[in-house]
Amino acid sequence: MQRIGVFVCHCGTNIAATVDVKKVAETLGKEPGVVIAQDYQYMCSESGQNLVKDAIKEHNLTGIVICSCSPRMHENTFRKAAAAAGLNPYLVEIANIREQCSWIHKDIADATEKAVILGRAAIAKVHLNAPLTAGESPVVKKALVIGGGIAGIQTALDIAEAGFDVDIVEKNPTIGGKMAQIDKTFPTLDCAACILTPKMVEASQNERITIRSFSEVTDVKGFVGNFTVTIKKKARYVDETKCTGCGLCTEKCPMKKVPNEFNMGLDNRSAVYIPFAQAVPKVATIDPNYCMMLKTGKCGVCSKVCSAGAINYKQQDELIEEKYGAIIVATGFNPIKLDKYDEFAYGQCPDVVTSLELERLMNAAGPNGGTLLRPSDKSHPHTIVFVQCVGSRCDDSKGKPYCSKICCMYTAKHAMLIREKYPDTEVYVFYIDVRTPGKNFDEFYRRAVEQYNVHYIKGMVGKVTPKSDGKIDVQASDLLANEQLHIDADMVVLAAAIEPDKTARPLATMLTTQMDTNDFFTEAHPKLRPVESATAGIFLSGACQGPKDIPETVAQASAAAAKAIGLLCKNSITCNPCVAHSDELMCNGCSSCEKVCPYGAITYIDKEFRMPDRTTKVRRVASVNPAVCQGCGACTVACPSGAMDLNGFSNSQIMAEVDAICK
Amino acid sequence: MQEAMINKAKQLLADGTVSRVIGWKRGEFAYDITPAVFETAEELEREFVFDDFTSANVSKYLVKESQKEGKVLAFLKPCDTYSLNQLTKEHRVDRDNIYVVGIPGGPKLDIEKIKAKGITGITGVKNDNYTLRIETIYGEETMPFYEAVLDKCASCKSKKHVTYDELIGEDGDVLESNRFDMVEKLENMTSQERYDFWRGELSKCIRCNACRNVCPACTCENCVFDNPNSGIDNKAPADSFEENMFHIIRAFHVAGRCTDCGECSRVCPQHIPLHLLNRKFIKDINALYGEYQAGADTTSRAPLTNYTADDCEASVVHERGVE
Amino acid sequence: MQVNDNKDFQPLIVAFCCNWCSYAGADLSGTNRLNYPANVKIIRVPCSCRVNPMFILRAFQRGADGVILCGCHPGDCHYTSGNYFTRRRMTLLFSMLDFLGIERDRTRVEWVSAAEGAKFAATMNEFTEAVRKLGPNRRLEDLRCRKQ
Repeated sequence: MQRIGVFVCHCGTNIAATVDVKKVAETLGKEPGVVIAQDYQYMCSESGQNLVKDAIKEHNLTGIVICSCSPRMHENTFRKAAAAAGLNPYLVEIANIREQCSWIHKDIADATEKAVILGRAAIAKVHLNAPLTAGESPVVKKALVIGGGIAGIQTALDIAEAGFDVDIVEKNPTIGGKMAQIDKTFPTLDCAACILTPKMVEASQNERITIRSFSEVTDVKGFVGNFTVTIKKKARYVDETKCTGCGLCTEKCPMKKVPNEFNMGLDNRSAVYIPFAQAVPKVATIDPNYCMMLKTGKCGVCSKVCSAGAINYKQQDELIEEKYGAIIVATGFNPIKLDKYDEFAYGQCPDVVTSLELERLMNAAGPNGGTLLRPSDKSHPHTIVFVQCVGSRCDDSKGKPYCSKICCMYTAKHAMLIREKYPDTEVYVFYIDVRTPGKNFDEFYRRAVEQYNVHYIKGMVGKVTPKSDGKIDVQASDLLANEQLHIDADMVVLAAAIEPDKTARPLATMLTTQMDTNDFFTEAHPKLRPVESATAGIFLSGACQGPKDIPETVAQASAAAAKAIGLLCKNSITCNPCVAHSDELMCNGCSSCEKVCPYGAITYIDKEFRMPDRTTKVRRVASVNPAVCQGCGACTVACPSGAMDLNGFSNSQIMAEVDAICK
Repeated sequence: MQEAMINKAKQLLADGTVSRVIGWKRGEFAYDITPAVFETAEELEREFVFDDFTSANVSKYLVKESQKEGKVLAFLKPCDTYSLNQLTKEHRVDRDNIYVVGIPGGPKLDIEKIKAKGITGITGVKNDNYTLRIETIYGEETMPFYEAVLDKCASCKSKKHVTYDELIGEDGDVLESNRFDMVEKLENMTSQERYDFWRGELSKCIRCNACRNVCPACTCENCVFDNPNSGIDNKAPADSFEENMFHIIRAFHVAGRCTDCGECSRVCPQHIPLHLLNRKFIKDINALYGEYQAGADTTSRAPLTNYTADDCEASVVHERGVE
Repeated sequence: MQVNDNKDFQPLIVAFCCNWCSYAGADLSGTNRLNYPANVKIIRVPCSCRVNPMFILRAFQRGADGVILCGCHPGDCHYTSGNYFTRRRMTLLFSMLDFLGIERDRTRVEWVSAAEGAKFAATMNEFTEAVRKLGPNRRLEDLRCRKQ
């Protein structure tokens, strides 16, 4: 038999002025199961709470209803008070008779009647409340960072600094990412390698950081605090523990005609290679698509010259399983492929390059040793045209609908660097808008225009046509002067839109995190939780969440680290007890619930059931992980058999409220 | 066809591919055909029937049959294969434990339509797809074949088998069907007319549960209408919620999962056009969320467990059709 | 449509509100003392996607004259995707009720954010008025098996 206490708050005159609180208490006191109904001036005050606590003890209450302000205001207050008096905090219900009654109604009779009905609904619900206990789930004190670019490196360094172990999984042979390929950085024009490589070394030397290069995440199981991740360590045919990075194998390798991806294919490397001089780990990797030994079994030069005996042609991919408490996604971005942009003659003319290719062409470690030369004839270019927004802010299917954010600034940087180093080169920039918000950014752009006399022209380039004399005809419109232009250029540089790395989408599926239509990871809240995914324990770092420049990436990387550290500090996580649960006897195992769960909290198990005739039957049934479930209830409605229900908001509780209101 | 099916079944039993066969046998009358399980060649010879009255969809029986030891052979018409696919998708059957032989679909005959012509004492039919010759104990009667066809066959959606291990005869195609005509007709009525129509139809319901029991989408371990904890079970007092809402709730429960096999209307002893409720959902889903045929495959997401960010708002209901 | 516009009729309106946006929006309209009729009774649910069509049918069957469902704006769901499922479910349910001849103005979905107290009050005023004009909900009550 239920013994319910009802407590009606006056809230000074906030409630009492429009609701006859005495009458409410009196009426509700007659409801079935109610053993005490009291009113008091301020229920939330110390003495009001004591009134509740005393009543719980004195009347041995099994549930309480507080008719007061919104549960969003004081539900926790009264739950704590109940718990202090020995009543399970989830046996408390609030009837909102202030915000949703006394404050909006003027007529005392109407408001009193409504308050009684709201009270009745809460009583009907509390009759069906079950005591709930918040579970605890332990936290593995180790983080996984997926992606070893500047975002991943910064996040890993910060987490390690806080005293937690952290693994970086990088799919390429070295960490460093896009920043390693960049020549100079805006708006300070300091060399990217000079600021990045010390961080790479720091990461490799930090004893709390393990760099798993040339590796990929292939499976993620588990939930916040307790992820089990399978990492595929791809065969590099070189024993990392033995290789000293001396580079002799790369010199002696007879296969030297492999497009060098680090230099954007602008020059060649050998089949056994170290991507660049400051690579971390500095270990050679054999490219099986080109290595003669791996392809035909004939060669073996690298093995012969390696004094460390590190070459191992028989190496296999290896699967490693590790446990982590938090996962930080830092999968970064790539420039889009420009093969659909025939109008810019990219692919037909070697002197039409992307901005990232230009970075390599200008870099001292690049194909030309830092001298800017045309890829076609290695001559010095005298007229260079930059085209902005190639594939960005695009409303057709060729490009991306969003602004890639970084192009305006790096183009200003390129233009400035070229004008600085080669004052005889004319630089034209065709733009839709120049977008340079950010500290010292607009000043930087203005310097390009005013100090370096870069020709900024508002308008789009219509067509780029290579001519027989080696020049390139750039046909464009100048929207401000309202005229058509033809520029005889030596080089054209395309600011290609950036897009999330292709590995992000399958990764999001593994992590059960959400992505937008552009494949950027969706943050838990666009304003207030920008570095967390909606899935607990998964954090977002860098451009995987949206286009970002380096300072923003680093800031977000540290923010993601801080959130991960906040999780890793805890020994265990308290779970919300208002979670879904499935009645195994009724569950059909149909998978409807799993499909609507935004958190991947539902899995299926084969469970043995005893049948009436003493036989057993194995059936597939849903199982909710209470540590992962956030209690939205989407599954409860998707479930056709009604097997899935939600603690705290059960089908019968809500029906009881409906019935009480509609009586 | 019946001969070929019996031979196929005997062969598959003999070579051990399957250990039993789900098919049909005759009941008390010639037109009274019900699904049955056969375990031996003798049983097949003696009782297996496949004729113009063999319209029952046997896929629902596979929920239980496929969980048993040994493979089961199921003869499935095109429409039945959709049901099986849907059950496979929802993990309600063990597809690996079923050997599906696809057989040609209808049109099948509706005994009620024949009886409505005043024809009784029926012992058999002969049919050349134009004229139906009905043998009765009083002699032969005839009627145009199309007038005796089941409604669900008259608006057939597909002659294509979407899953099978083997076919007897040729596979057909997905058809351009007129199945939404009646839904559309109702949509074009006024709200009051629609209400009068449905009140007239639904009030005939005797709550016999035949529609639920035959429905291949209704395979819940424990139906909400039988579960005292669901708040809508049918043992509640006389003015029960369930009595008001049974058909709406049932239609919603199978929305996006109903393959439109038409069995609910076929078995309704009160001749309530229950399939129209399901078809209304299918028509809405097709119009609002893109063409979707439940059971056409085993992997796609059902429309109600899916969404796009730019789905229409619920107010679309207010903006179209007749009030 | 009835000629009499049911001036004195006091409809019973059940409003399901999601905890994170609409219930907070309702609180805000209270905080700002924005009036709406006492006919509206709110039931709090964690997310609009918790609302089973059965709850709505139950409310109608037990005597509600109108049912409104409020949730976060699409894209702002606290649980990221709940209201997208709500939108499909309710669209189909309301379309079915319309198909059965139930007056369409008795049902409504409205997206109300935690900041939209004014919108909440305005919506409730409008909806109550629309339902009042329809008069008591008789059709759904009379739509039953075994009609006497």
